[in-house]
Amino acid sequence: MQIYRLEPNDASTPEPSRRSELLAGARAVLAILPSDLPFGLVYGAAATAAGLSSVLAVASSAIISAGSAQMIGVRLLGAGAPVLLVIVTALVVNLRHVLYGLSLFPRLGHLPRRWRWTLAYFLTDESFAVVATRPEAEARAANAHWFMVGAGLALWISWLTSTALGAFIGGRLPASLSLDFAVVVTFIGLVVPALEGRAGVIAALTAGGVAVFAGALPLRLGVIVAAIAGVAAGVFADRRRT
Amino acid sequence: MRLWLAVLGMGAVTYVTRAAPLLFLHGRRLPPGLLRALRLVPAAVLSALIAPELLQPGGAVELGWGNLRLLAGIVAIVVAWRTRNVFVTTVSGLASLWVLQALVG
Repeated sequence: MQIYRLEPNDASTPEPSRRSELLAGARAVLAILPSDLPFGLVYGAAATAAGLSSVLAVASSAIISAGSAQMIGVRLLGAGAPVLLVIVTALVVNLRHVLYGLSLFPRLGHLPRRWRWTLAYFLTDESFAVVATRPEAEARAANAHWFMVGAGLALWISWLTSTALGAFIGGRLPASLSLDFAVVVTFIGLVVPALEGRAGVIAALTAGGVAVFAGALPLRLGVIVAAIAGVAAGVFADRRRT
Repeated sequence: MRLWLAVLGMGAVTYVTRAAPLLFLHGRRLPPGLLRALRLVPAAVLSALIAPELLQPGGAVELGWGNLRLLAGIVAIVVAWRTRNVFVTTVSGLASLWVLQALVG
């Protein structure tokens, strides 16, 4: 891991360049590819099984770019659900992105409009996981938004490529490989080292615990409820201490 | 046609969820209390995604030795804590699950 010295007013310590930030973002994604690729394979196979053409399967990964909503969406479409219901479901499933946008707002909110429009497109579970767990000092660099572009582009390429592969080779991957588990361990690898202080640990444990009990809520709403409960517990723990 | 329409609509609403805070809050200063709370969001959201996958792989809560995903997840947590490396964590977590499945099955 590179450690940049960040003293904004000190001319003798140059900020990392756009290019180095872009490459750092892409490199950060390389480490999580073992989990990203299998998800695309599984989705590509599910999409064609639900009746989408290979072209539409790949196009859907570019247009929607949100794995869990896509999985749920094609399952509903395959079952003959009305289009409006599928769209509303996608909206609800993706509400957690609002939390991601809020969380990254202090880092991205000051950027010009075209930047905010562009980065919004790249805001996924995976890019959020990579960008938000970056050490605070690195994330404050002037060109740090290029890190998110690098990560977003790398994830986009891998998501489309793996969707295409899944659409063509179909459901020939044995279930015993348990490739869906790769996403889980990747998120563990991102979140555990990034846990800072008591409040972070309490937020993580509370959110995890609530998520288990809120799992019965439909449309992945349990994730949002659990995240808010975790944040509240972390804030409360911080307050009691100070 | 129906499928394309659904995909385009899903894409549009998904984009709205991503862009809303970045576009509508522009130029505002968030209160310091909210900023402190937002710093906890990554840990909370990612844990909320992880925990059910480890604790209830089949839908019901399983805390015994028979829950191989929980065991492999614990290995991954220890590896992540010691190495602070995502790639090593992913590979060792997945490999642990394969080994456990081979031993049991």
